[in-house]
Amino acid sequence: MKIAFTTKGINWDSKIDPRFGRTEYILVYNEENNEFFNYDNREIEKEAHGAGPQTSQKLFELGAKILVTGNGPGGNAATVLEKAGIKTFVGAGEMTVKEAYEAYQENKLNELQWS
Amino acid sequence: MKIAIASGKGGTGKTTLSTNLAKYLSKEFEVVLTDLDVEEPNSGLFLNLDEILEEDKFKMIPKWIEDKCTLCGICQKSCNYHAVIQLGEMILVFPELCHSCYACSELCPEEALPMIKQKMGVLKQFKTDKLNFVESRLEIGQEQAVPLIKETNNFVENNFGKEVLKIYDSPPGTSCPVIEATKNADFVFLVTEPTPFGLNDLQLAVETMRELNKDFGVVVNRSDSNNKLISDYCDSQKIKIIANIPNKREIAELYSSGEEIYSKVPEFAVELKKIKSFLINELKVD
Amino acid sequence: MKEIVVISGKGGTGKTSITASLAYLGGKDLVLADCDVDAADMHLLMQPEKIKSEDFYSGLLAKIDPELCTNCGICANVCRFNAIPVINNQHIIKPLDCEGCGYCEKVCPEKAIIMEEQNVGFWQISNTRINNKLVHARLGIGAENSGKLVAKVKNEAKQLAKTDNKKYVLIDGSPGVGCSVVSSLSGANYVLLVTEPTVSGIHDLRRVYTLVKKFSIKAGCIINKYDLNYAKTQEIIDYLQEENIEHIASLPYDEIFIKAIHSGKTIVEYDKEYFYEKLKECWNRILELIEN
Repeated sequence: MKIAFTTKGINWDSKIDPRFGRTEYILVYNEENNEFFNYDNREIEKEAHGAGPQTSQKLFELGAKILVTGNGPGGNAATVLEKAGIKTFVGAGEMTVKEAYEAYQENKLNELQWS
Repeated sequence: MKIAIASGKGGTGKTTLSTNLAKYLSKEFEVVLTDLDVEEPNSGLFLNLDEILEEDKFKMIPKWIEDKCTLCGICQKSCNYHAVIQLGEMILVFPELCHSCYACSELCPEEALPMIKQKMGVLKQFKTDKLNFVESRLEIGQEQAVPLIKETNNFVENNFGKEVLKIYDSPPGTSCPVIEATKNADFVFLVTEPTPFGLNDLQLAVETMRELNKDFGVVVNRSDSNNKLISDYCDSQKIKIIANIPNKREIAELYSSGEEIYSKVPEFAVELKKIKSFLINELKVD
Repeated sequence: MKEIVVISGKGGTGKTSITASLAYLGGKDLVLADCDVDAADMHLLMQPEKIKSEDFYSGLLAKIDPELCTNCGICANVCRFNAIPVINNQHIIKPLDCEGCGYCEKVCPEKAIIMEEQNVGFWQISNTRINNKLVHARLGIGAENSGKLVAKVKNEAKQLAKTDNKKYVLIDGSPGVGCSVVSSLSGANYVLLVTEPTVSGIHDLRRVYTLVKKFSIKAGCIINKYDLNYAKTQEIIDYLQEENIEHIASLPYDEIFIKAIHSGKTIVEYDKEYFYEKLKECWNRILELIEN
């Protein structure tokens, strides 16, 4: 399973970026082979509107099945995540990636329900 | 005659002025007041008129026809607003981000993205005697005010003759919606208040009006001993101050419960009379 | 570092006056960010001294190169915004009408049209007279506030807070319910709603809170001018209870708000007694809530 985190850096000890659409990095952890992949999302800064859907699209392209983030996506981004079948967990805004992963494994994060 | 009531920022008393002025003038003229603050149309809350018409307003957006699509990706590349996104074997369309430019639809080699109507808001018309009121309200989630403002302007143009005095309550600010709302007006009243905030926002509004080549004047709301702040600026810029609505707690209280003000506060009526005289003498309304 | 955002939905509720007062109370512990770019008034109370300023580019605008243009008119035909009239036998772009869709650029057979990023204003970092730094922005005519600008202002503020080791970023949020508010809210630890007991105040509070709820951020509310209309104030209090929003305080309708603005001061500097105490309580309560 590939788990994506919105982050401010590129390793286990980086902080989670609580923002979704305009997150600085996307860190993807592949549970099967223990590998990390990071995507630099800072180019999104250039977009006036529509940051959320584009970041969601990127997650899909990276093959993520789970998303762990802070405050959660806006409406349009949520639509893309739902269509892409990416389960979204929120509330990790103040954690490091490591802490967020543990919290996810221990079911301590809230899963967003698509309305 | 088309007059717009605008201000640099929200909360200066635009709606108070436009609703009271419209009622006041409707004693003598046939008037239509149009609320163009389509994101937050509040004028209706202060009028209590009978609704006589309701119609849906639409904008055009692309609709994906899966069977025709070859997933070539041209649509996604042609949309500068990222309103069309390809997700694996799906094309997603985000109506709120779409500006109805037709590029994705017409550049699609397979005709797989025809433009269809989508509801963006509701227009309502209200009436009593000589006062007409028109408002449009954006659907929740719709972000673009400009297309609905255009449609609402068209409705008023097509349904009321030249002899009807048209008053437009414009959205606040200096961005696209304000420009759309004021660009067809013959005259614009800029509402401000005598504080440094009011002055700052008035200066921005004046710049906007000059950029648009509009005739305009100023109405000072919550006028008090600090009026000099605004009048000095207006003098230096050769801008006419048409009325000064006094700062009274009683006005704020009546406003809070949505009540008519000029019939209960004589000082307010005096100022509306000044505006009426200005309309008759300077703008030749008859 | 924690982010506190103040929003109100509607203008004229006293949001900026209240935010400025909290900024005064927070003093050197915080960085202040003005994301209410459409009515950016915060600087009037802060006497900002510029440290750094930069142009801000956003949104595209078409530009025709008359050397390459053959006036075939294909661009004008596809433009849905009537932004390409012919003046003196030359197709030109009307900047206020161009929406930057780029359709004309894509169909021009001569490649005579390019899309350019527009300089729509600037953003700036300043020292304020109340011992903190302020990040603010100014937009030109017809330029719209956007998620991009809000993100820029907030990012700069957060960067400053990090390098200067500040505990809080206090944000005067954007009006309305569009993408700039989404950007104001994303990343926030606490939302302070400022409202007033008027028909429009309540209407707009409900509208903006629908959005806050989506992000499940903790929220509190200050009812300003509560004594203007007790029935409406009660209506707001009931609503807050229903939605589980903490009612932080009610403030009376008072000329102090206007007098303070005139003297270029925050309310808490102008009135050292009642309003100082009241807003100090609010600030302390907010800090308590975000620390837990």
